[in-house]
Amino acid sequence: MNGSLYPVAILFAAIFTNNILLTNYLGMCSFLSVSRELKTSVGLGVAVTFVMATTSVLNWLVYNKILVPLELEYLRFIVFIIVIAAFVQIVEMVIERVSETLYAALGIFLPLITVNCAILGVSLFMVIREYSFIESFTFGLGSGIGWFLAILAMAGIRQKLKKARLPKGLEGAGITLVITGMMAMAFMGFSGMINIG
Amino acid sequence: MLPALITSVGAITGISAFLAVLMVIADATIANYGEVKITINDEKEFVVKGGKPLLGTLMEQEIFIPSACGGRGSCGLCKVKVEKGAGQYLPTELPWISEEEKAENVRLSCQLKVKEDLSIRIPDELFNVKEFQATVAKIRDLTHDIKEVTFDLNEPSEISIRAGQFVQLRVPEYELTDEPVYRAYSAASVPSDKRHVELEIRYVPNGICTTFVHKYLKEGDPVVFNGPYGEFFLRDTEREIICIAGGSGMAPIKSILLDMAEKGSNRRTRYFFGARSKRDLFLLDEMKELEERMPNFRFIPALSAPEPEDDWDGEIGLITDVVAKHMESGDNTEAYLCGSPGMIDACVKVLTDKGVPEELIYYDKFG
Ligand SMILES: Cc1cc2nc3c(=O)[nH]c(=O)nc-3n(C[C@H](O)[C@H](O)[C@H](O)COP(=O)(O)OP(=O)(O)OC[C@H]3O[C@@H](n4cnc5c(N)ncnc54)[C@H](O)[C@@H]3O)c2cc1C
Ligand code: FES
Repeated sequence: MNGSLYPVAILFAAIFTNNILLTNYLGMCSFLSVSRELKTSVGLGVAVTFVMATTSVLNWLVYNKILVPLELEYLRFIVFIIVIAAFVQIVEMVIERVSETLYAALGIFLPLITVNCAILGVSLFMVIREYSFIESFTFGLGSGIGWFLAILAMAGIRQKLKKARLPKGLEGAGITLVITGMMAMAFMGFSGMINIG
Repeated sequence: MLPALITSVGAITGISAFLAVLMVIADATIANYGEVKITINDEKEFVVKGGKPLLGTLMEQEIFIPSACGGRGSCGLCKVKVEKGAGQYLPTELPWISEEEKAENVRLSCQLKVKEDLSIRIPDELFNVKEFQATVAKIRDLTHDIKEVTFDLNEPSEISIRAGQFVQLRVPEYELTDEPVYRAYSAASVPSDKRHVELEIRYVPNGICTTFVHKYLKEGDPVVFNGPYGEFFLRDTEREIICIAGGSGMAPIKSILLDMAEKGSNRRTRYFFGARSKRDLFLLDEMKELEERMPNFRFIPALSAPEPEDDWDGEIGLITDVVAKHMESGDNTEAYLCGSPGMIDACVKVLTDKGVPEELIYYDKFG
């Protein structure tokens, strides 16, 4: 593919064909627990998108500028986790300081995100697939938007489900998992279009 | 091998140290809210360092708000009215706050961070709540499963408690718990004895606190508790009094009775105590003595399942039936109940059937 087009393709792929949640099933716990309400889903979606886009860039820098030159690539797991945790903490402090409304909407989700495996997943995929700086950014951004899209769709569906009569055992996480599976199958329809691995 | 190890350790340390420095700087700049003023009930003022949750900030000023979950936002106990400076509700508070409480600006103090000058309102009693360091002065068996534990207060050396209130005993880490936990116990001692607190603790198999008290706690051991808490205390009226208790529910009732005797009360009072068999009865001598000190007081123990060897000629049957049998009408009566939730619910029903208004039935459920 044309080199300058590739980042755009990655963005598109990360949102649709390689949606991190629906094809890799990463970031499931917060997806299941927060998708009950549309409002909180939007909050978490925005927070995840922001953190994924920024940490992929930060981790790209740490990986390529520190770990690779020192031949310490195998340390990436622990280093990525530390970077994500510290970054999220600082972002939380800033949000709390500058905007009360944003803090009420996002702030309390940020600690949830620190342990969201999708965030770590994005940084690790970026290494495996040997993305450039700009590609990593679009991949992070796209994965975030993709996750946002998935949780938004799920929240919408669950809003409707409130009126549905479900078998007792399926209520809550059960039906959410079943629907996630169906959504994943629907998204597979996109998968012929582009593939990034 | 060794150089590789050194570089990896060095790199991790370097990166972590850099991030740690960054965090410290962020903490000192972004998260630094400087000094803020907290005004309580329009009378007391404290200047504190901002940035931490209200619950902990108040605790540092030795004002203890009841909390059972240790500030995780999962018990909903730590409510405080915040009249000024609180900002919006956080999503973590909303599940605990009703519409009426919202209208009154009730907040969860463990979730609310102190960022600007605050004006809050708490019940006056909470000013009284303190953390106490004490020594176990005496442990005595009241029955096969209830122990009476007496504390000598060290720091502070005196407690102001209303008869019927409870304290929260701190259980340190031990075999059954890897973090300190707190459990509520009603004081059984007379409030005028400000230097001691006496508890009656019933053993619960595998219970964290009761196992600790029954199997590990010894005379001379140091203990920590905080309190006093609770709305379960004798109301100052002229009404007749019905007390009902089972098991360790004896504790607050005993305290109330001792207090009444000391103050020379002559309100008509009947105390129904429910037990299975004779081995579950205790403090019979103390109750007899109280009957002598207060001519209008009667202690009525009832056994639900007396053993043949008990040789019992007192009341037999469920405590609800015994109460129903002795009570004529609930007019001009108020009631104080203490024990298991099941017993309390059943007794509330009997009392309301007899005409005691529900708002005059006070209880502590030992659930
Ligand atoms: C206002 C108030 C006053 C009180 N006053 C008194 C008093 O004066 N005297 C008194 O004896 N009690 C009193 N209580 C009750 C007391 O606070 C404790 O609840 C009680 O002593 C049990 O504490 P524990 O730590 O031993 O048991 P816990 O460890 O809290 O366990 C309680 C029960 O749950 C069970 N359990 C614990 N963990 C598990 C688990 N993982 N899975 C399944 N089951 C489990 C235990 O076996 C036990 O049956 C009072 C309670 C209140 C609210
Ligand atoms: S302390 Fe439990 S909710 Fe605040």
